[in-house]
Amino acid sequence: MTALPDKTDRKLGLVIDLDTCVGCHACVISCKGWNTENYGAPLSDQDAYGAAPSGTFLNRVHSYEVQPLATSDKVQPPAQLIHFPKSCLHCDDAPCVTVCPTGASYKRVEDGIVLVNESDCIGCGLCAWACPYGAREKDEAEGVMKKCTLCVDRIYNENLEEIDRVPTCVRTCPSGARHFGDLADPDSHVSRLTAERGGMDLMPEMGTRPVNKYLPPRPKDALPEIDVLAPYLAPVDDAPGGFLGWLDKTLEKL
Amino acid sequence: MPHKQPTLNLSPKVSDEVRKTTCYMCACRCGINVHMKGGKVAYIEGNRDHPVNKGVLCAKGSAGIMQHNAPARLRAPLKRVGPRGSGEFEEISWDEALDIATGWLAPIRRDNPEKLAFFTGRDQSQSFTSFWAQNFGTPNYAAHGGFCSVNMAAAGIYTMGGAFWEFGQPDWDHTKLFMLFGVAEDHDSNPIKMGIGKIKARGARVIGVNPIRTGYNAVADDWVGITPGTDGLFIMALIHCLMKAGKIDLDYLARFTNAPCLVNSDEKSPEYGLLLRDPDGKELVIDRNTGKPAPFDQKGVRPDLAATHRAAGVTHRPVMHLMAERYLSDDHAPEAVADRTGISAARIRAIASELARVAFDEAFELDHAWTDFRGEHHTKMTGRPVSFHAMRGISAHANGFQTCRALHVLQIILGTVEVPGGFRFKPPYPKPATAHPKPHCQATCNGPLDGPHLGFVQGPEDLALKPDGTAARIDKAFTWDNPMSAHGLMHMVISNAHAGDPYKIDTLFMYMANMAWNSSMNTRGVIDMLTDTDESGDYVIPRIIYSDAYSSEMVAYADLILPDTTYLERHDCISLLDRPICEADAAADAIRWPVVEPDRDVRGFQSVLCDLGARLDLPGFVTEAGDQKYADYADYIINHERRPGIGPLAGWRTGEQGLTAGRGAPNASQIDNYIENGGFFVEHIPKGANYYKPWNMAYQDWAVGMGLFDKPLPYLFSLYVEPMRRFQLAAEGHGDRQPPDHLRERIRRTMDPLPIWYDPSGDNRAEEYPITALTQRPMAMYHSWGSQNAWLRQLHGHNPLYLPPNLMRDNGLKDGDWATVTSPHGEITVPVLEMAALNPNTVWTWNAIGKRKGAWALDKDAPEATKGFLLNHLIHELLPPKGDGLRWANSDPITGQAAWFDLKVRIAKAAPQNQSKPVMKPIKSPVGQGPDNLAWKVGK
Repeated sequence: MTALPDKTDRKLGLVIDLDTCVGCHACVISCKGWNTENYGAPLSDQDAYGAAPSGTFLNRVHSYEVQPLATSDKVQPPAQLIHFPKSCLHCDDAPCVTVCPTGASYKRVEDGIVLVNESDCIGCGLCAWACPYGAREKDEAEGVMKKCTLCVDRIYNENLEEIDRVPTCVRTCPSGARHFGDLADPDSHVSRLTAERGGMDLMPEMGTRPVNKYLPPRPKDALPEIDVLAPYLAPVDDAPGGFLGWLDKTLEKL
Repeated sequence: MPHKQPTLNLSPKVSDEVRKTTCYMCACRCGINVHMKGGKVAYIEGNRDHPVNKGVLCAKGSAGIMQHNAPARLRAPLKRVGPRGSGEFEEISWDEALDIATGWLAPIRRDNPEKLAFFTGRDQSQSFTSFWAQNFGTPNYAAHGGFCSVNMAAAGIYTMGGAFWEFGQPDWDHTKLFMLFGVAEDHDSNPIKMGIGKIKARGARVIGVNPIRTGYNAVADDWVGITPGTDGLFIMALIHCLMKAGKIDLDYLARFTNAPCLVNSDEKSPEYGLLLRDPDGKELVIDRNTGKPAPFDQKGVRPDLAATHRAAGVTHRPVMHLMAERYLSDDHAPEAVADRTGISAARIRAIASELARVAFDEAFELDHAWTDFRGEHHTKMTGRPVSFHAMRGISAHANGFQTCRALHVLQIILGTVEVPGGFRFKPPYPKPATAHPKPHCQATCNGPLDGPHLGFVQGPEDLALKPDGTAARIDKAFTWDNPMSAHGLMHMVISNAHAGDPYKIDTLFMYMANMAWNSSMNTRGVIDMLTDTDESGDYVIPRIIYSDAYSSEMVAYADLILPDTTYLERHDCISLLDRPICEADAAADAIRWPVVEPDRDVRGFQSVLCDLGARLDLPGFVTEAGDQKYADYADYIINHERRPGIGPLAGWRTGEQGLTAGRGAPNASQIDNYIENGGFFVEHIPKGANYYKPWNMAYQDWAVGMGLFDKPLPYLFSLYVEPMRRFQLAAEGHGDRQPPDHLRERIRRTMDPLPIWYDPSGDNRAEEYPITALTQRPMAMYHSWGSQNAWLRQLHGHNPLYLPPNLMRDNGLKDGDWATVTSPHGEITVPVLEMAALNPNTVWTWNAIGKRKGAWALDKDAPEATKGFLLNHLIHELLPPKGDGLRWANSDPITGQAAWFDLKVRIAKAAPQNQSKPVMKPIKSPVGQGPDNLAWKVGK
């Protein structure tokens, strides 16, 4: 079993905005592309053109339908669809690390990123079993456990322009729903967003203390339904001369 | 075990080189950085400098590496050796392939050019392919707009000189209320996602109107789950509420639209319903300064919206009067449409009220001085921060044109088009219908056509009819059946050619159009037409040439295959002459270039046309000496001039003093200049010229300087579309060119110059088939190309039919059950899944996931080929027979747009199945099957 560091200097992570994620999977495939070509073994695909294609992904988007409860205002509130991207949350108390029998899984002291040292990994899968989020997958071709690296080979990479030193999922996200930064710094962009928007831990009851946060969707379908006497819709054609009379009068004022 | 941390190389080399080109994984045309390692494509990301995507990239774009390396790529020209549909081919050389093509096409051109039908599908080089067809001389050319979104495009151009997507965009920086209608999540995909993200970050409201709540509608603040096909009713109810409350921008309507133009109101006049014009043909308005008629664009004129005018004994009423008469009627009140639209009257009012509040109470001003076309100087620009977007959802109905018109009218009465915060055109738009070509169809043996094929008719005189009144075009575009078919009717080509109606053809030549599968209505029937033989055993459609990069279903049905390259192996231009990539603040165009050379015996289709054009001695493709004029497409892109100084690319042309933008002579290094700049060119519109474009002289002058047009073209928005009235007049018996009697009533009813709504469901037998069935394309996938992509197919490998809870319950269905779906035309049996965020009378599925066994290099047991299915089997290109012996197209009667979304079905529980039905027999793959496993790392 493997020890976690006592503390980390920073807590790098993602803040994912469920209010704007349109479920397009751009992050999923960008991640697949970068991490196939870069850190560790490529993310392989089995039966790639066959009956049951199944490959390794470090990030997946699931969609959940939500049926809000009826209220006195809204007897039949419409159902909603929430797109939910999910990858490793780089937990402070990462059970996937402590369960690792070889020390291959570890949490970095300087930034809190949880990684797998593939040369020490025996692919036993205990970490995947221990992770309550289902964020680890075994690569069937390489026989090692794969997980989000927070693009550790991008975020410090001096061969990239500074603006590109972010995880590839963040760089590619078309709707700007993914944010990257240091959640240990209360003044960071991600910490401020989390505070402003009520950012949440995923399944806090598991005691994993995830670093990544989710911004909840804003209330939906809140436009009040209104009757005929709405202030903005007061009819002008009740005036003498009706609509054309109003037209004449109003044109005079232009 | 104690904590131990290996030392990592945190700065690994990313790539040897970055090559910047343009994506082609969908029609969005984003800039991409292709990272190369050892001469191979290693990784693709978005180009931060690019005007379309500004660095972001969707799932398709990032999966381009799998597309480029797909096992389904064709490898060499193919000649059919078995019967059509068998998939039996032999590989041949390019010389042989081009000899065969020349041998078929040269006699057609010599004897009767109309015997060639040349239609291109998702072609992004239409200004080139149409140029080729025009030089060949056939009247039978179009791309895929007729089965896609021509209603939106044509309604926009006729109404205001442009529509959405390529034509314009919301003012994302200022808009506060964004309303989108029926948007599938594909076209303009990244810019819309970026825009939604941007405006939501500042707390703007998004209202989504769509029977299905996915994608953009899932993140909308308010979702309006409208009954399919009733958008026009809903929009006109909004117009009713806004007009009734006087929440319309009268100043804008008076200055910039034809609301003050004068309509002949004498029912007995042969010009009844036409606009009063001066001898120069300019629309007249009553000038409030003088009370007298004056040309609309005269200096200092203040058009009156209310005054009527009597001329030569005929009363003329302003369009505004007709608008009031039509839309203030209780027929358009929310209560009158609530049941049909499925939206409560209170909700319709709430939305109208919110539109009014934001447009008028949240109006703002920008300190941009500008001068309008009447010479009036304005110190500020008034913003109305309401914007709209719509695409195929409201288009692909038989009432789609009028519905799209209604949406444009709604934007215009709010005064929110081309103003800050509203909807803004992208150059070369705005461009009114009158500034576009008219259709041309006059074929001459061994000569070019008399002009461009496609265009915008202004009246019956512009229809593409032969002297005997029959259709000049195989697709019957620009006929009385669908007079304003600005994009042609690709979905009717095979059906009409097979029926010999209006005539037989010899060769069908297609590019990137999977007509034997998901791009056709009535897939099974189309396959039968492609393989049908006459009494002598010859194919009814004698010859078929097809170009595609991949082993699509269509390949098996062609006689000669010209294999295209992948998008990373080719030259292309995304041209201002065509479907450019401009922004509201800039003109822009882009190229593709071969970032890798093909490793197969394939050639870019456009380069092949340069070669074939020369072999056929086409005027635009040979030099005066008779030699091949353009060595390849790149040569054409650089050296072709459409007008003097105007070529396919606007950037880095040769000016009198060095390189210049817009107008200029060809520059031999132009493509290199593009490559150096990241694959694109952008020229910004000066501040003060970038709003009010149709009327802003600074913009008009800038556009002339750029070569977008040759003289300033200020014009009025057409709330009232006069050309439509001209067709009605003909139907009422006026004029020499008369419609056939069986179409008179329909033309009179549908070609109304003010937006109307009519119900197409009766034609689709909604009484017996009460449920609407729709398709959407997933954001992560786009038409056929996704299914063979090893990464994307893991996201959407098969497609259930989604049913709302009430329909699941009524039919005793639960998730994973199978249901038979029946339309007036056919039947399919498919797996179902419940979805609550769905209109209660609508079912839907993802489009084009289902694949034919043997196609796309997929295993015959691939889920796409077993569980995946197409709704196309349920949709016929013709309406159910009406008993009158006529073939009525399942299309919009104005534009001919394919009415995909008018499909009506009924549903019944079926026994569990192993495969979706119909099961079609496998076709033999000309490329074999893909490998089992992938571990794709090119760098070591």
